[in-house]
Amino acid sequence: MPDLSRTLTITTLALSLGLGLSTASASADQIVIGLQQEPTSLDPTADATASINGMLTMNVYEALTIVAENGEVQPNLATGWEVSEDGLTYTFTLAEGVTFHDGSTFDSEDVLFSFNRAMAEDSVNPSKAKFATIDTVTAIDPLTVEITLSKQDAFFLFNMGQGDSIIVSEGSAETNATAPVGTGPFKFERWTRGDRLILVKNPDHREADNVALERVEFRFISDPAAATAAMMAEELDAFPGFPAPELLPQFEADPRFRVNIGSTEGEVILAMNNAKAPFDNIDVRRAVATAIDRDEIIDGAMYGQATPIGSFYPPHGTAYVDLTDAYPHDTDKAREMFAEAGVEGTTMTLRVPPFPYATRSAEIIQAQLSDAGIDARVENVEWGFWIDEVYSKKNYDMTIIAHTSPNDMGNFARGPDYFYGYDDPAFNDLWERIRTEADPEARDELLREGQRYLSDQAVHGFLFQLPLLGVFRTEVEGYWSSSPVVYMPLKGVSNGG
Amino acid sequence: MTRRLPTNFVIGGVLVALVVGTAALSLVWTPHNSTQMAISNKFAAPSSTYWLGTDQLGRDVVSQLMAGARNSMSVALIAVLMGGSIGVALGLMASAIGGWVEDGVMRLADLGFAFPALLFAIMLAAVFGPSLGNAVLAIAFINIPVFARVTRGAANQIWTLDYVSAARAAGMNRFAISRDHILPNIGAVIIVQATIEFAVAILAEAALSYLGLGAQPPAASWGRLLSEAQTLMYLAPQLAIYPGLCIVVAVLGFGLLGDGLRDMSEPRLRRER
Repeated sequence: MPDLSRTLTITTLALSLGLGLSTASASADQIVIGLQQEPTSLDPTADATASINGMLTMNVYEALTIVAENGEVQPNLATGWEVSEDGLTYTFTLAEGVTFHDGSTFDSEDVLFSFNRAMAEDSVNPSKAKFATIDTVTAIDPLTVEITLSKQDAFFLFNMGQGDSIIVSEGSAETNATAPVGTGPFKFERWTRGDRLILVKNPDHREADNVALERVEFRFISDPAAATAAMMAEELDAFPGFPAPELLPQFEADPRFRVNIGSTEGEVILAMNNAKAPFDNIDVRRAVATAIDRDEIIDGAMYGQATPIGSFYPPHGTAYVDLTDAYPHDTDKAREMFAEAGVEGTTMTLRVPPFPYATRSAEIIQAQLSDAGIDARVENVEWGFWIDEVYSKKNYDMTIIAHTSPNDMGNFARGPDYFYGYDDPAFNDLWERIRTEADPEARDELLREGQRYLSDQAVHGFLFQLPLLGVFRTEVEGYWSSSPVVYMPLKGVSNGG
Repeated sequence: MTRRLPTNFVIGGVLVALVVGTAALSLVWTPHNSTQMAISNKFAAPSSTYWLGTDQLGRDVVSQLMAGARNSMSVALIAVLMGGSIGVALGLMASAIGGWVEDGVMRLADLGFAFPALLFAIMLAAVFGPSLGNAVLAIAFINIPVFARVTRGAANQIWTLDYVSAARAAGMNRFAISRDHILPNIGAVIIVQATIEFAVAILAEAALSYLGLGAQPPAASWGRLLSEAQTLMYLAPQLAIYPGLCIVVAVLGFGLLGDGLRDMSEPRLRRER
């Protein structure tokens, strides 16, 4: 049967492509890191994909500040700063003798260029709102920059240490999407799409003496089974965001590996398109919140390895309020609520990005909604398709996604252009107050109010906090055990020896 | 004296009857609802309630396998029927008209052969989103050239026979001849091919669903069950073994049945072997 063997060959080929990896480096100054998500661009100032930051921010690109593992804002390209009495003027002193990887010198002009680019009318920066409070950016001299704000911004210094506020050079900004150029401790070497991305140490970096790794290789493996096989065969040294929680006991029992279970800033939500019927109706959203059973989702999709959330704020944060009981799971009540809202028996799509936490949750949520009389059609889509159709074009009913950025409650104040389709003046005001509140305790109180408000409005189905499940070879040291931000600086990481 | 039925026909027939019977039964009855989850009861051991236990979401394995059989059978049936009828029509046309039409159809068939179903399915998925319907279309598509080629080859042989010449001499037009004389006489060849293509289609559906391009959750499909069971190999290897076995049984069954049918329809070929 020639046709049969043809099909078999195709199948085998497809399988071997997914699994075909060569062995990892054995030497101590190199590391091979597995990543679940491959980005479509390498420019964090133009694309919201978390893995861009995960690989490149603070490794290839740098920003004025950097956030440490404990969430503290520390100097980076800015060696220090002064804040005026009124909290509106920040004067940054820049590091001296810094060069970009293409050889050009870093100075205040680059800061000016980067900020003007991010704040420009036609800017494609995914976090444009973070720059909204900036009034003027002035280069006092080549190593001093003054930034004035129109309002106090409690998150300003923190935001200056994020991937969307990296400092880029005018000569390379346009090509960063495929050939990133920054000032960081690692230089971009090459990106083989669908396979790997390679960084090499930047010997000219100001902290080069403290950087242990000479070469960093990221491998893109989206399939959990392939990820497991590659890790087990020690083809990878680390898989910091391991996609299959059910396999962690396997690694824990193996002396070659270390398993880390930490927290991330990633709130996993069942996002509903608030701009579109039926989710423009709060009763429908509340019915969805009542129909879903978080414990079952966490048990089934995450094998118990996640903390439930009832609103949009991480449980390990200082302002956290437990709102998981706001809509107790009750299938019968949800069915009635759907019926009252007149949407009983309707069909809606649940477009899911290719991450196991999302696809697995989707299957369970689909069943829970179906029990409550709603026919949700699950569509598993590719990441590029998701970014384009769901995130950019807002062409979806429901989706499941982790928001891994810190302090991102402001997403709900991003207005009708954001994929939530949620535009609520009351919340916009509240977020404005949160953002401009300088006193940490008063701000936490406002953040609590924000959580209660979002939960009350049932903007989305709030599911669980994405855990940081990492599997490492025991030789690998220096990885953060919890992530306060989306990036992971590799300058402190070593691979034994 | 009655001739003994070929062994491959008998074994294939029994396996196919098993699979088709299960698929038919699942239309009216499965032990449990195949999509009903009971997450607190995941990875249950086989029992009198759950004959082969439950999966990672507490769904009954037997019911899922039965629903998977139904899925495989309907996909294969629709895809082979669709691809087969287009392919047969093209083959008959090529053979009846000849000349550049025949050349053209055959070159198109070559092109179709060169185009893997997987690639076509990925393309459809990229444009319309992945779905079982697109998988069916992709599988039907790869069937067209197969049937076109087989039909044209067999039809060309019949066209050289005396009674066809007689019909032509009597003034019957080429399409009527194709319909009344050619098609009935190549029926056996097409049925044999269809049976074998059934096996190919089952495998292709499993492969596409395995890769996420076919049946979407919660629809049960052997390929999808297999891919979901992959990371559970350490925890519950049986979840991968069962759908794997089902695919083997179905593919083997239709393959053997097709071979057996061919042996019976072409005894000459069999003796020469």
